[in-house]
Amino acid sequence: MSRQANRGTESKKMSSELFTLTYGALVTQLCKDYENDEDVNKQLDKMGYNIGVRLIEDFLARSNVGKCHDFRETADVIAKVAFKMYLGITPSITNWSPAGDEFSLILENNPLVDFVELPDNHSSLIYSNLLCGVLRGALEMVQMAVEAKFVQDTLKGDGVTEIRMRFIRRIEDNLPVGEE
Amino acid sequence: MVDAVLFELLHTEMVAELWAPDSDLDPGPGGQRTSLQVLEGVGFRVGQALGERLPREMLAFREELDVLKFLCKDLWGAVFQKQMDSLRTNHQGTYILQDSSFPLLVHVGSGLQYLEEAPKFLAFTCGLLRGTLSTLGIKSLVSASVAALPACKFQVVIERS
Repeated sequence: MSRQANRGTESKKMSSELFTLTYGALVTQLCKDYENDEDVNKQLDKMGYNIGVRLIEDFLARSNVGKCHDFRETADVIAKVAFKMYLGITPSITNWSPAGDEFSLILENNPLVDFVELPDNHSSLIYSNLLCGVLRGALEMVQMAVEAKFVQDTLKGDGVTEIRMRFIRRIEDNLPVGEE
Repeated sequence: MVDAVLFELLHTEMVAELWAPDSDLDPGPGGQRTSLQVLEGVGFRVGQALGERLPREMLAFREELDVLKFLCKDLWGAVFQKQMDSLRTNHQGTYILQDSSFPLLVHVGSGLQYLEEAPKFLAFTCGLLRGTLSTLGIKSLVSASVAALPACKFQVVIERS
């Protein structure tokens, strides 16, 4: 399908509320379509991945960031540029592993979960799992294989929402890691 | 504030997912209708919720036409950062809303290319319109048609009791 080649640097913003409501309706529908939370989590991750591989093009076109030289730079760009640009929030970066290959993104507030409550029978649902897929897909397109997962979630009663990012390896050839 | 691109990509992915969810079966004609209904239903729920969050003063519409103008101006502005290009009515409960460059179709294609695919990219928005109207106390049927992408027409038929 064709894509508009040049968005220019203009950006259109919309209320988080509409996005939150749409995301919520989507998760609700997925919970109806799939029997268990694990399958919904997988679908959210896959959908996020598909969004991420396209989002990175938009990001690179509009953000003017250069190539990141290490994972620390990548973390900064993700938190301070990308999250700000797309979700209007700036997570903080903490808990670096000694080897510098893992860090946490702490989201004080997560627009996806405004007004959301998890019902009791969906305790295994990773509601915002789309975000993990987006991060994974976007970074894969810039030659980084990473793992992203939620380790804390305000929806589950934690004080903050924390996404743990782990660098797996550099993707040397131009073939993507591959999606089943 | 969320970037509009994120919404567009989410919508595209939603269409892909809800159109043919991970299954070995291709939706045949019966399945096709169901898939459109599912997308429309998701849009309906969002429209309802959006309608519930409107400030009370916005709900003091004097006439049906004011409600439709609100959809064309305020709802379209909030969702697509633009206004509907034209609104026509037969003054008997049927309204045609025209968008010459519907944002959710712009990235699908242009002209007659992918015309067959257009309905699935319109279902959510039809539901959104119907849902917002529903919260405003108006029962309706909303459909959309495309002659050439990315222009489209939404038809709103008010159900009179």
